[in-house]
Amino acid sequence: MSNHTTTRREFIKTASAAGAFLAVGLSGAGKILAMSPFSLLGNEAEGEIELNTFILITADNQITLFNPRPEMGQGTFQSMPALIAEELEVSLSQVTVRITDGQPKYGWQQWVGGSNSVQGSWMPLRKVGAAAKEMLIQAAAKRWKAAAADCYAENAKVLHRPSGRSLTYGELVADASTLDVPKEPKLKDPKDFKIIGKSLPRPEIPSKVNGAAIFGIDVSVPGMLYATVQHCPLIHGKLVSFNEAEVRQMPGVKHVFKVLRPMPHKSVEGVAVVADTFWQALKARQALQIEWDNTGYETISTEDYFAQARKKAAEMDGPSYDDAVGDFKAACKTAKKTVEAVYQTPFAAHAPIEPMNATALVQGDKVEIWVPTQSPLGVKDDVSKHLGIPKENVQVHVIFMGGSFGRKSYHDFAVEAVLIAKQAGAPVKLIWTREDDMVNGPFRPGMINALKGGFDAQGKPIAWEHKITGASLNGQMEKLDLNGKVDAWAAETVDQNTSPYAIPNRRQAFIWQPTDIPVLWWRSVYASTNAFAQESFVDEMAHAAKKDPLDFRLELLKAQPRWINVLEILAEKTDYRRQRAAGKSIGIAIAHSFNTTAAWAVTVSKNAGGGVRIEKAVSVIDCGMVVNPDTVAAQTEGNAIMAMSAALKPGITFTAGEAQETNYHQYPLPSIGETPPIEVHIVPSQEAPGGIGEPGLPPFAPALFNAVFLATGKRVRTLPVDLGSV
Amino acid sequence: MAKYTLTINEKPYTVEAAPDTPLLWVIRDLAGLTGTKYGCGIALCGACTVHLNGQPVRSCMMPVSSVRASQKITTVEGLSEDNSHALQQAWIEEQVPQCGYCQSGMLMSAAALLRAKPSPTDEDIDSALAANLCRCGTYPRVKRAIHRAAENMKK
Ligand code: FES
Ligand code: FES
Repeated sequence: MSNHTTTRREFIKTASAAGAFLAVGLSGAGKILAMSPFSLLGNEAEGEIELNTFILITADNQITLFNPRPEMGQGTFQSMPALIAEELEVSLSQVTVRITDGQPKYGWQQWVGGSNSVQGSWMPLRKVGAAAKEMLIQAAAKRWKAAAADCYAENAKVLHRPSGRSLTYGELVADASTLDVPKEPKLKDPKDFKIIGKSLPRPEIPSKVNGAAIFGIDVSVPGMLYATVQHCPLIHGKLVSFNEAEVRQMPGVKHVFKVLRPMPHKSVEGVAVVADTFWQALKARQALQIEWDNTGYETISTEDYFAQARKKAAEMDGPSYDDAVGDFKAACKTAKKTVEAVYQTPFAAHAPIEPMNATALVQGDKVEIWVPTQSPLGVKDDVSKHLGIPKENVQVHVIFMGGSFGRKSYHDFAVEAVLIAKQAGAPVKLIWTREDDMVNGPFRPGMINALKGGFDAQGKPIAWEHKITGASLNGQMEKLDLNGKVDAWAAETVDQNTSPYAIPNRRQAFIWQPTDIPVLWWRSVYASTNAFAQESFVDEMAHAAKKDPLDFRLELLKAQPRWINVLEILAEKTDYRRQRAAGKSIGIAIAHSFNTTAAWAVTVSKNAGGGVRIEKAVSVIDCGMVVNPDTVAAQTEGNAIMAMSAALKPGITFTAGEAQETNYHQYPLPSIGETPPIEVHIVPSQEAPGGIGEPGLPPFAPALFNAVFLATGKRVRTLPVDLGSV
Repeated sequence: MAKYTLTINEKPYTVEAAPDTPLLWVIRDLAGLTGTKYGCGIALCGACTVHLNGQPVRSCMMPVSSVRASQKITTVEGLSEDNSHALQQAWIEEQVPQCGYCQSGMLMSAAALLRAKPSPTDEDIDSALAANLCRCGTYPRVKRAIHRAAENMKK
């Protein structure tokens, strides 16, 4: 095998020679700084002084800020530096942003998920900036033999108020870096924010309109080979034999071998084909003849799964979450009227347009991996575990994700790439085809939600039960037995904290329906399925009580100012109470997830030839303090469209152990023409920031189908459904 | 394996590939222009859209052997490298991309549309971009940006 040692510097050179440049300067003033994505790591540029882990400053005042949060479309290259820059008193147009690489010194923040970036980094990164500013001020005061209280920072300079003297951060950084880092620096009053709260442009956007941005799939390493893997079409089938010798002879093919796809609950074997080019690898893969042993897995079917879950939901009470109030059963007995409904939501694929891929190099007990990941820390953990090497031996290059939605935090593909590279003894880029991505999952689990409500003689709701029935993500990943137990996570948006409908006798329960189908968090996780059921059912209750659905909610939420405020703004923005023409209707829904309250009002109208179409969707979102309103709007628009996808387009189905949907023809996504006008209103707030990557999704589908009910009289309880046929 | 000479973004490239190699992989892996993306491989998602003599084509389904040296291939890098194209400008102004992965294809479809129809209606956009999928949901901004670029091109 040839020697594949690639030092970082060589690699940067190679990458730039190939024209693989990424523009990551902050372009507030339209300036784009060119920088290779692979120089985003480490402290390599000359003369950079580390003021603290997240800030580098050179003597000539070049400022670099580190973003610990991988970018998948949610704008962390803007939001994270904004937090530091605000307190550091530098403008975003004068800094360069680099991504961190999973080194321990950058800490726990190096992951994205759970709509956590701004929520989680809000205080830590502001403190980073504020601490650095205090150090620079101290250094200046010392130099001037002045009182620190007479000095202040502005625009990357420290100024001395009495004399008007100033020094740039570059002139101060050497001194400042020797000072102790203040533990509790003073943070700015939000009313003095100059950066936070403004719709400033995202620095990486220019690189995303000319092909310069490097995604995982674009990574190129000298001497790199390409790999593809044939997994068993029946999920979990065992590899028995394959025609290695024959395929090995095909053009460009270097290796054909068995490889493991490690999932948390189960590892399965596939056959890897490694070749000079990706097309050669794919062609050779088509020539594979593989014998699989599918015993035990031929029967997996989503139809059975749903039938079993429905049966359990009908027959069992299930264990209650510990937030039950009153006595639901007793209240049902006294109720004058009860309402029941069962809702079904399908398995869903994440289907980011960039499929899973990773490029790896293994040398002895050291691994270097270039990977589009939500979590470099997770990659280190998973690779070190599967190779039995220390975490510090795994060097991760965090590359842009071409979409993820939860998928790229499940590192089966990354470990698979490492195992292939190890056996091939060369750097290897593994690319899953779209089909590989779609049939192998993991998927959002299909769920059954069974609800029951009761009214007293005055028509007041007095009883409420929500039974969440289906697979448990934790249960599968941690191999737990959840019979008779609740999955704490699964109650997102329906527990008392996140769903504060004041009904005196109320219980939430979980009924476990395990499955062999690999399952994973999918944008907004259980909130996406729970809220559909809950908010459809609130509507059903309102209609049963002959109340307007908005008034019904306002009454039940009257002790909850935040919810009330969101609903009232929504009513105002949509002129909700206006009489609408026949065949036109407006449906609403609200849900609280990831510490943000979001509501949608969807207007539909009946088509002349049958079915309905969406005319408009309006959102009101209260996510506390906002770093970038334009990013909140973009994420909320995206959430509406992803919600449409899960509600209106086919889900993933399994028959006889095999996923039936293989590519976008069978798992179509909404198109531009199907997307209605979308309006997003952000509630002004001084509360701590909530998430924005996910909370816009859960209430969209119920708002839509609540409108469909008003327009057509048809209550949609099983998704997906085609709007043309309701 | 055979030798092919291709003209990509007005530069000649000579590559060696099997005749059935899709143009997509030739552009990405052999010419080293990675702006053109793989998303589905069967002409469903539009991520691989390039222009062949000005017409948008799905490069994932086009064998390299079917492309002649005289035909001009334009990729997103050929729109302009300095983001001076009206569509690129509008894309930045409207902050269209989220993850950005589908955007090369969006831009190439939009560029072909604007050439054919300098003032497209919403319906024109819907039909020209009907098979350009965006999982992040940037469609509302794509539409706004195309209208904005059309306006700017008239100025
Ligand atoms: S990759 Fe060619 S259309 Fe999807
Ligand atoms: S921007 Fe992510 S797929 Fe379109």
